Amino acid sequence: MKQYLSPLALSLKPSGIRKFFDLAATMEDVISLGVGEPDFATPWVMREAAIYSLEQGQTMYTSNAGLIELRRELAKYLAKHQGLNYNPEKEILITVGASEAIDLAMRALINPGDGVLIPDPSFVAYAGCATLAGAEVHYVPTRAEHDFRLQVEDLQLAYTPNCKILVLSYPNNPTGAIMTREDLLPIARFASEHDLIVLSDEIYSDLTYAGNHTPFATLPYMNNRTLHVSGFSKAYAMTGWRVGYVAGHEDFIQTMTRIHQYTIMCAPIMAQVAALEGLRSGESAKREMIMEYDRRRRLMVNGFREMGLNCFEPLGAFYVFPEISVTGLSSDEFAEELLKEERVAVVPGTAFGPGGEGHIRCSYAYSTEQLLEALNRMNRFVKKRL
Amino acid sequence: MLSAEDRRLLYVLSQDCRLTVEQLSIQTGLSCDYIEKKIQQWEKDKVIVKYSVLINHEKLEDDRVTALIDVKVLPQRGQGYDKIAQRFQKFPEIKSVYLMSGDFDLCLVVEGKNMHDIAQFVSDKLSPLDVIETTSTRFILRRYKDFGIEFHGEEERPQRLMITP
Ligand SMILES: Cc1ncc(COP(=O)(O)O)c(C=O)c1O
Repeated sequence: MKQYLSPLALSLKPSGIRKFFDLAATMEDVISLGVGEPDFATPWVMREAAIYSLEQGQTMYTSNAGLIELRRELAKYLAKHQGLNYNPEKEILITVGASEAIDLAMRALINPGDGVLIPDPSFVAYAGCATLAGAEVHYVPTRAEHDFRLQVEDLQLAYTPNCKILVLSYPNNPTGAIMTREDLLPIARFASEHDLIVLSDEIYSDLTYAGNHTPFATLPYMNNRTLHVSGFSKAYAMTGWRVGYVAGHEDFIQTMTRIHQYTIMCAPIMAQVAALEGLRSGESAKREMIMEYDRRRRLMVNGFREMGLNCFEPLGAFYVFPEISVTGLSSDEFAEELLKEERVAVVPGTAFGPGGEGHIRCSYAYSTEQLLEALNRMNRFVKKRL
Repeated sequence: MLSAEDRRLLYVLSQDCRLTVEQLSIQTGLSCDYIEKKIQQWEKDKVIVKYSVLINHEKLEDDRVTALIDVKVLPQRGQGYDKIAQRFQKFPEIKSVYLMSGDFDLCLVVEGKNMHDIAQFVSDKLSPLDVIETTSTRFILRRYKDFGIEFHGEEERPQRLMITP
């Protein structure tokens, strides 16, 4: 039946993750470091708020843009914690996860043939959504020698005049890299000079372990140029609820809201209620999770370095991205053999773009006991190959 | 104000006080030297009071009884509550002493082998004290949560997929 399918849809590459998922699912006693979501359940205050709202019969559609109370609270939160100022009536849209916000941004902005610049490696959805919107994807390599921070020289090389959107995704999945204000300034200048719209996915911003996160939209002249995408999945441990948001210039947000109105209607109401409670009273639960991630992060980096692998220190998100090429294996081979031999599941770096070759992504959203056992097994695996 | 580094150290230590200085150093990113000195200082200053273990006695069938005893005391001229509270502190049966707002003045947490034990303690030791006006004893029947740890109920086991983006 393939002849019926759209060539565009067919051109989407199968996810590099799928293969490992299927393989790992057939095995027992697997310790998986392959998960891109928190191991914590959503903080109880937020679950409680959602349960109560269900008891009260809050089960209807909300306005397309999302509950106004949530947008107002979010505007306050963004102003207080991130120095971002958005009008909750016109400049914020509540979406079904950051995922939907990424899709909407591409659809609202892309004309067929426009170029989208995407740092490589990064989260899998950007290239997929850009492709579906008819864009041409231009990967911008990022490198271990720069701690995977995007360099303006590499941006310059990947740029062609048809480029319209630059995706930024810091703290980064899969590398854990962050970009400081100083790192971002030349990128902002480049965006101005080349009239690029910046889709800045800052969903891991709260999970920054050194210094303060700099929202891209706070840089000089970047406010109107930036679509600030984020969500509750990571910092509030809410992946299954499906709630995120995008904020930006009214013209962008209104058009994205129109697409959202036809395709989605609104984000689930109980997720919005829980998110609202998170903004109001979830701060301490969030802080505690961050403390715990930070401790595990250090444990992991140390573990990999002791094995003899190069591992730059990730300062954000909940991933470490050690370099495994010294073992003589490719990322794919490493992940597959490790799974078969030691029953540890990791994700090959190449699942996040060609630039991930030579690396594996290990999530530390696991208990310290599991992490230590996984490190133990990996140590055995690596030692045999050095 | 506690620095971010010290907060980190206290957090890791409070999660597991058996970690060695080397392990603490890995998990906090602070030097062994710093950690050693800091902990010594905290011990000296009684910031760290004790390295303890949280036991679920129910599992051991080594049952014991805990009571909350609210106490109303006769105010002592010029002494406030400190004097009497300090006197209560001395009884080994009394595990905690709190000054409270509300109808009673002090709240004592008392542990014993059984109810009889505690009743005896109240009638023999507490009630005869001339400063006590009235007491109200309530026994704890079951401990669901203590020190932030849940003792009963189903453990949450969120089901995650093995691999996700
Ligand atoms: C960088 C990044 N952005 C967005 C998402 C998706 O988030 P959401 O659950 O809000 O759709 C993920 C999830 O893995 C991610 O890593």
